[in-house]
Formats: sequence, C-alpha cells, structure tokens
Amino acid sequence: MLLEKLSNARGVSGNENEVREILIDAIKDRVTEYRVDTLGNLIALKKAKGARPSTALRTRAPLRVMLAAHMDEVGLLIVHHDSNGHLRFAKVGSIDDRVLLSKVVLIGNDKIPGVIGVKPIHLLKQREREQVIDADSLTIDIGASSKENAQGAVKVGDYATFATEFSKFGDGLVKGKALDDRVGCAVLVEILKRDFPFDLYGVFTVQEEVGARGARVAAHAIAPDVAFVLEGATCDDSPKKKDVSPVTRVGAGPAITVADSSMIADRRLVQLLVATAQEQRIPFQFRVPSVRGGTDAGRIHIARDGIPSAVVSVATRYIHSPVSVLSLREFENVIALMNKALPKLAKGLPDL
Amino acid sequence: MSAKDFLQKLSEATGISGYEHSVRELMVEAFRPYTDEISVTPAGNVIAIKRGTRDPKSKTPAPKVLIEGHMDEIGLMVTDIERGLLRFTQVGGFDVRVLLAQEVIVHGKQPLRGIIGSRPPHVLTDAEREKVIPMPDLFVDVGVPEDKVRDLVSIGDPITLARQMISLKGNLVAGKAFDDRCALVSVVEALKHLATLKHSWDVYAVANVQEEVGLYGAMTSTFKINPDVAIALDVSHADQPNSTEVNAVPLGDGMGLAMGPNIHPLVHKKLIEVANANEIPFKVTAYAGATGTNAWAMQVVQAGIPTGLIDIPLRYMHTSVETLNLNDLERIGRLMALFCAALDEKFFKELRGDQIESEKENPKKGREGGRRRKKAKR
Amino acid sequence: MIAEAYGPSGHEHIIREVIRDEIKSLADEVRVDALGNLIAHRKAVGATPRKKVMLAAHMDEIGVMVTHIDEKGFLRFASLGGVFANTLVGHRCRFENGIIGAFGQEKKNSSRTETQLDKMFIDIGARDGKNSPINVGDAAGFWREFTDLGDRMIAKTMDDRIGCAVLIETLRQLKKSPHEIFAVFTVQEEVGVRGATTSAFGVQPDVAIAIDVTDTGDTPESNTMAVALGKGPAIKVKDSGMLAHRGVKTALITAAQENKIPYQLEVLTGGSTDAMAMQVSREGVPAGVVSIPTRYVHTPSEMVDFDDAQNAVKLLVAFLGKPIKLD
Repeated sequence: MLLEKLSNARGVSGNENEVREILIDAIKDRVTEYRVDTLGNLIALKKAKGARPSTALRTRAPLRVMLAAHMDEVGLLIVHHDSNGHLRFAKVGSIDDRVLLSKVVLIGNDKIPGVIGVKPIHLLKQREREQVIDADSLTIDIGASSKENAQGAVKVGDYATFATEFSKFGDGLVKGKALDDRVGCAVLVEILKRDFPFDLYGVFTVQEEVGARGARVAAHAIAPDVAFVLEGATCDDSPKKKDVSPVTRVGAGPAITVADSSMIADRRLVQLLVATAQEQRIPFQFRVPSVRGGTDAGRIHIARDGIPSAVVSVATRYIHSPVSVLSLREFENVIALMNKALPKLAKGLPDL
Repeated sequence: MSAKDFLQKLSEATGISGYEHSVRELMVEAFRPYTDEISVTPAGNVIAIKRGTRDPKSKTPAPKVLIEGHMDEIGLMVTDIERGLLRFTQVGGFDVRVLLAQEVIVHGKQPLRGIIGSRPPHVLTDAEREKVIPMPDLFVDVGVPEDKVRDLVSIGDPITLARQMISLKGNLVAGKAFDDRCALVSVVEALKHLATLKHSWDVYAVANVQEEVGLYGAMTSTFKINPDVAIALDVSHADQPNSTEVNAVPLGDGMGLAMGPNIHPLVHKKLIEVANANEIPFKVTAYAGATGTNAWAMQVVQAGIPTGLIDIPLRYMHTSVETLNLNDLERIGRLMALFCAALDEKFFKELRGDQIESEKENPKKGREGGRRRKKAKR
Repeated sequence: MIAEAYGPSGHEHIIREVIRDEIKSLADEVRVDALGNLIAHRKAVGATPRKKVMLAAHMDEIGVMVTHIDEKGFLRFASLGGVFANTLVGHRCRFENGIIGAFGQEKKNSSRTETQLDKMFIDIGARDGKNSPINVGDAAGFWREFTDLGDRMIAKTMDDRIGCAVLIETLRQLKKSPHEIFAVFTVQEEVGVRGATTSAFGVQPDVAIAIDVTDTGDTPESNTMAVALGKGPAIKVKDSGMLAHRGVKTALITAAQENKIPYQLEVLTGGSTDAMAMQVSREGVPAGVVSIPTRYVHTPSEMVDFDDAQNAVKLLVAFLGKPIKLD
C-alpha cells in the first residue's frame, strides 16, 4: 500500500528526498513530464486529454489546474552535542512539547536510533510532575559515551523523525506517523492515474510545515488558473463536555475547507465540491476556522495576481504527534470526490 | 580604507529602517571601485554588479550569485511631543532596558543631541527600582524649550543611538549597528579580494534596506535580480555570558555556516568545500525554520532561489555596544570571494538539476539535494 | 449606503456590486480579478512623465464565521479579522440572508472583564439546532445602522468604507490626471492584506497609496498618539507593518501644504494597511498611506469626522493632479 510506504518514509521539512523518490517511482509512468525545482518540490505535468480541452479563465489555453499535497512532516533537527554525548534538538514545524516525552526517534540518513528520556517518576518532586517540560531542555540519548563519540554518529544539522510503524488500526482505520500530509500525497498519486480535459499540475510540495514555502514558489512558477490542496485535516472529535466544534470528525466524509487561518476558500470551488458530493452521494463536512492552522493554499491563493483555491482533506486525529489516525474509507471518498469534481472545471468558473 | 576604518564609518553613520540614505551613499562609494554597474531600486536597495569572465562563444547569459547585507539599523521614532519632551516608539526590536540613559540623535530639521532621561535613584522607592520602565513612559530630552522643539522636530522623525566605535583588546571592536553593517564590510572585502581572482559568474553585491522591520529590502531586490544563488550575511549570537551555547560561534573562530530548511544543501556543501580547501575556520549551525535573516525571504522569491547563510559572530546584539572580532569579517570576505570564484558551469547544472554526464550512466538514487527534470515515458 | 452593506472578509460580493455601480461611470475600465478585487482604471491625460498609481481602499469588514451549531441552536463562531471579544457583548451581527443574531457569553467560568471569543456564541432565537437557517461556514458582519451626528459620523464599518467613499469621491472630483490611475477596492485586508497582495502584483504600479483608517489619541486616557479627529487626514510615517516611503510621504505633505489642506503626521504602533503588501510587490513599490482618523476602530461603532474625509479627497486630488517627484 502506497500510503503505508509514504507514512513510514522519512521527510522532515527541508529534507524530503526519501519521500520524493517514492513518489517519483509512483508517478513517473503516468505523467507527461516531471521535474524537481530548486527547493525540492516535485512538479508533475499531465497534459490535457479529451475531446474538447477546456480553455483558461483568462486568455491562455488550455486551463491549468494545480493540485498540491505536501511531502514534509514535522520532526526534529539536531542543533548541538552536549558534553556528555546527549543531543539537543529544535522542533521543525509545530509540535506540542508534551508529546515528545519518552519517544523513540531515528536520526540522520543512517537512522541512528535515540530516545527522548526523562527523569523517572521516583525522582520527581510533586511540583515537577505538574510542570510541562520545554523542548529546549529535553535531549536525545543515542547511547554515546562522550561528546566525541556522539559527534562521530550524528552531525549538527541532521534531521530526526519519530520511529512509528504504519499499520491497520481498529475498524477501517490506519495509524502511522506523518499522515499529515502523506495521505494527500497518496490521494494525488491516485488522481494522476486519470486523464482530464485540462493541463493538470500535480505538485508534491516541500516545507509546508515551516510556512508553506514550497507551495509558494511552485504556484509562482506554474501560474495555475485554479488550485486544490489535498490535506490531512486537524480533527478534535474526542468526547468533550462542551458542545463545540470538533473541527472535523473521522468518518464524516471529505472535509471541504470554507476558511482557515491562512485562506478563505474560493466560493465557486466550494460550491463545485459541495454540489458534486451531493450528486454522488458522498458524505462531506466543512472545515471551518475554529482552530489555528493553515495549508499550502494560504500561499498559493495569493501567488501572482491571485489563484482561486480550495482545500479538501481527510480528517486526521492526533496530527503533529508521533502517531496519527485516519479512515481508509474517507481516503477513498476524497479520491472519488476529486475525480468527479475536477472534470466539471472544463466548463470554467462563473464570475465572482 | 581598512576594514576597520570602513566599519567605523558605517557604524557611526545613521540610518534606521526606511531612512538608510546616508549609509546608502557610503555603500555606493565603497562599491564603485570594485564593480561594473551600480543601481538603486525604488525601495532604496543598492545593487552593484561585478561581471564575470565569460567564454565569448557562450550564448547563455552568465549565472548570477548574490551576496548581501543590510544597511538599516534599529532605532526609535518620535510619536508625540509632550511639554517639550519627545515620546517615541521603536523601529525594530530593542530590549527596552538598554535604552535608559542612552545618548541619542534626533533627526529633525537639524540633528539634535538628546538623552533618554531617567530619574535619579535617590528619589525612587525600592519597589520602583525593581520594575522595568515600559517604553511609553520613556522620553527623549533635547534640552531646548518647547516652542523650539516643535519648530525643529516633527512626529515621525527618526532617532538613532549616539555611539562611537571603540577598540577593545585583541582585534575586538564595539559599537552600534554592527548588525548588519559589519556584513557590508565583508561584502566589500569580498569584492576587493575578487579583483585578484577569476570568476565566471556575475557577482551581485547588494546592500539592502528594511531588514529589521520585515526583510522587505531583500524580498524586492532579489525579485529584481532573480539570482541563481543568494548568500545572506548576517550577525548571529557569539559565545557570551549567560547564554546558550547552541549555534553560538566563538568570536575570532571564523563564522557559522547555517543548515536547515532555509538553506540549499548544495550551496551549504559548496561553502564547506571552499572553506576547507582554504583552511578557513567555521562551525555548522542549524536552524529548524525561520533564520530571522534575509535568507528566509530570498529563498522563496519568484520560483525559488538556492540560498545560503553566513552567521557572523557578534555579542550583545541590538544594543549600542555590539562586539565583534575584525578577523572574522576579513575571513568571511575571503570565503565569499573564493566561493564566488569557485562557482562554475558544473555547479550551475547541478543546481538546475540537469543530469550530469557521468551520472547518466549510473544515476544515484536519492542524491542529496539533486534536482532533476525528466520527460516521462507514457 | 456603503457603510451598511454586508461584506466580511472573503464575502465581498454584495459590497462590490454597490461600489461597482458608483464607479462604473467614473472609470475607463472596471474589472474584477481572481480574488475578487474591484479594479477601476482611469487613463492618463496630457503631460508626461506619467506614473502608474495604485490607490487601494478595502471593501471587507471584520466579522465572524460560524464554526458549530449546538443542539440548542446556539452558534459558535471564529473571527474573520481582528475582532475583540470585549466589544461584542450586547451587540448584534447580520448574516448574508438577513438573519440577525445577538452575541452572548458563557456565564460559567467566564468573567465580564476577561471575555474570550471561544466562550461566546451567537443567539439567533432558534428553539433548537435542527433546520437552522444558518450553516456552519456562514459569515456575518456586525449590525449597527449608520448614524450622522452632524460633523461626525458613526458606523459599524468606517474601517474601511470611509476609505472606499474617499476613493470614489476622489475619482469623481479628479477631472484629469497626468497619471494612469488604478483605483482598487480590495478584498480580505482584515485577514492579512491578501487582496492588495494579488492586485498589486497584477497592476504593477510605480507608486501606491492606501486609503484606510487610523487610530487616534484624543479620547479620555487614550494611548499616546498625536492624531485627533477633525484635524485633517493623517499622512502615515510608520505603522506596525511598514514605514511609508520617504518620497511618497514628502510628496503628500507638499501637496497638502501647497493647497492649504490641513493634515497630521501619523505613527501608529498597532495595525497596518494594504500599503504593507503593495510596497513589497515584485521589485518593490514606493508606497504611502492617507489615513482617516477614526475612534473605536474594530468595534461596531467607529467614528470619523466628515471634514477629515473631505480633506482626504482634496489631498488625493491635489496629489494626483500633478507630476509626482519621489526624491
């Protein structure tokens, strides 16, 4: 299963090579051409096919549609060797400090294992137990006997990922690390299997987690007429005392973003997605700005003189932690929704 | 002019973000002897080009390498005139505690000496002494009557710290605005050195405006130049008292060569190669995201720019006694010149991702930072 | 009336049509770009050297978006733009379909002094959450009627409909200009100057001016700020997002002085405008701001002085009527 391979692959922002190689293998026989840009984005072009290729919203023909999913995951960066051989690290992307304790990580190209150890409960004062430990004061123990010993194994600037194995989970769910946004990558690979009556740019972006930097330059280079971002969406559907928004729910269908911190989705594209879902009897839910967080679309829609954009996501529990969870049915439904919605772009978008 | 004299001139020049004109004049003069063309962008950035030596048969234009530092310094700005005293806000980020009892220059119709006043300890209660005085409670006293102040000073006039550069022991100096004018010293040192070397790429030496308020100058000058490689030179925290040793480069030990998402791996590799080949000391520093320098802005200009970052070790950043070692500036200049001279056609192709001949036979999987373009089979 | 029209960020389709009707006879060409910015182009007349000048006023207002409808029919919401919770209690909002709701706040665990948006809700008078006339994702603006106090005016959305009005009036009074004028009514300023980012890229101006509101320091115990209502439009020196281009600032001051138009100089320590985005477009654009002093910005009752608005129009007409020197 491609999703499994992608989830297990290691690709912290700025070091997405391993994920990119898997994706190149997966798409190379299905697209017209592909390239890797200077930041590391994988940009695949599938030329328009069909009786009457649709024309562009502006003057250019044929229509260019960009689909983006990000390859990178949150992780750690080694920044210093302590005198006792422990490693200090910085967080790449946003990670809750509290999830770091007592986890196993793999460091660098050689996948050196290490543990984020903490003082045993026996040695803690009551007051200490109630305190959150800052990531700055945590270290990774690789079992090195000295600073020099550690320097021989791990360099400053090496990336570390959580050591989590992908697997089936519960009823129709899967768990693994980095499902945000390897699930989007897997969806995009599926969509690239089909032909569409417009030029489709499938973009696997880098550095989303540090500010949507890959998507920004890719959108500038491609200058698409319309863009969709495929994501693993924040989900907060655990039971709560208060009757408030769960952001998204696992099992409630593809999440169509109305707005998030980085973007207010193009109304026409939202309507297109909703109409398609209703027609095809695909369940769907809205992703609304009840929490902070943005996506690649935040940079894409303001690239150049503006690009109408929308986001479709698979609800994903526990994102930005070592282990996340999603529903395979929802994954299939996002593919189905996109495959049915995209051909409708051939008619062009109505005026705003 | 020696590097030290030039640094002193730059340091003592005044120019907060958006008001860099006097520094700009110094930079145009400094670039002139070593470059072929100089222009100033609408935003006020200085762009000086030193053309590379190209094979006359070559039909493609020379690749472009950009090296930059920023001209602006952090400072203050008048927000109100209250009974002849000036209230102010800051442009860029000061620790408000360092402002107390500083001498300043108010750039009104004519430059006015001023003092950021503070009350004598004798009149303060113990409780008062333990509180940091917030910026809205501070004022600048220019020592002239209110009507004269109103005549000479307008809302929005810039204020800079008054400080002359001093020499400390060894090769250390202290002064204001070394962030980031010391980088401009290194850029000029690089151009001087480059005059003795052969280089095939066009070298763009850039002095940017408005770094301290949002990296605005670099964003726009890099858009205009659209270089093939861009290197930012900016100050970073050196070893200093009561401070973390993470990413700290000791003064006099060269520089930091930064790593992380902001940095193109091949540019980083090339910098290390050149430094090693010329026995220039350095330390690898690592940044997990934003580097807080112009490199962060330059990387995502247009379709993306391969970016590198040199950390210049500096103590007491954003104060009026920033301290550095002159040897470091000279070394960084030398590294920049040697780096520019080492850029060749092969490196250009590697960066562009064109397949290299030798690798076509035996393409290596997962080549670090390798960038490729391929026509796929359908 | 443009002050009362519906138009939270990202939902400017109604206010856009209102403004389009006002300006279509005042421009040579009017278009709407991909994000929804309304761009009116007025061709240059006569002398050279001419410049391409972009003038920007934003159409959007701050507002709220529904994130959840609970079992009892109360609406939870998130802000669109800088909405301060303490300004909402007791106020009302209005949705696109005309439905009006009252803002309420949780009683438990919340005090009146520390109101937070996530402890608030909108009550549209529903008996329960079934068949709500509002959907998750619907947006609302504040709802207050425009009030004329004589010299001064109050409205829910002077930020930045007063700027839109000044820009429309400038187009009306500017008989001819040596410059190519692009009057842009931008979208999504309140959520991060997004409309100005894309429209500036599209227009590629030589000079850019934003017309927006600014804070004042003339109310009881207010923060130090040397801007007051009724003392003329403010020419921006600095705000928290940008430093006005020295040349543009000076040219505006010169235009005011030559035409004896009252003006104030503005240093704003919180907030910014579309000029922040325009100045960094492409290779950089010299940018400045003409501000309308406004009390109670980002509340449902923003107050401006009518003379300040009229003088802002005079200032822009004077500035645009002559060649612009930037040094």
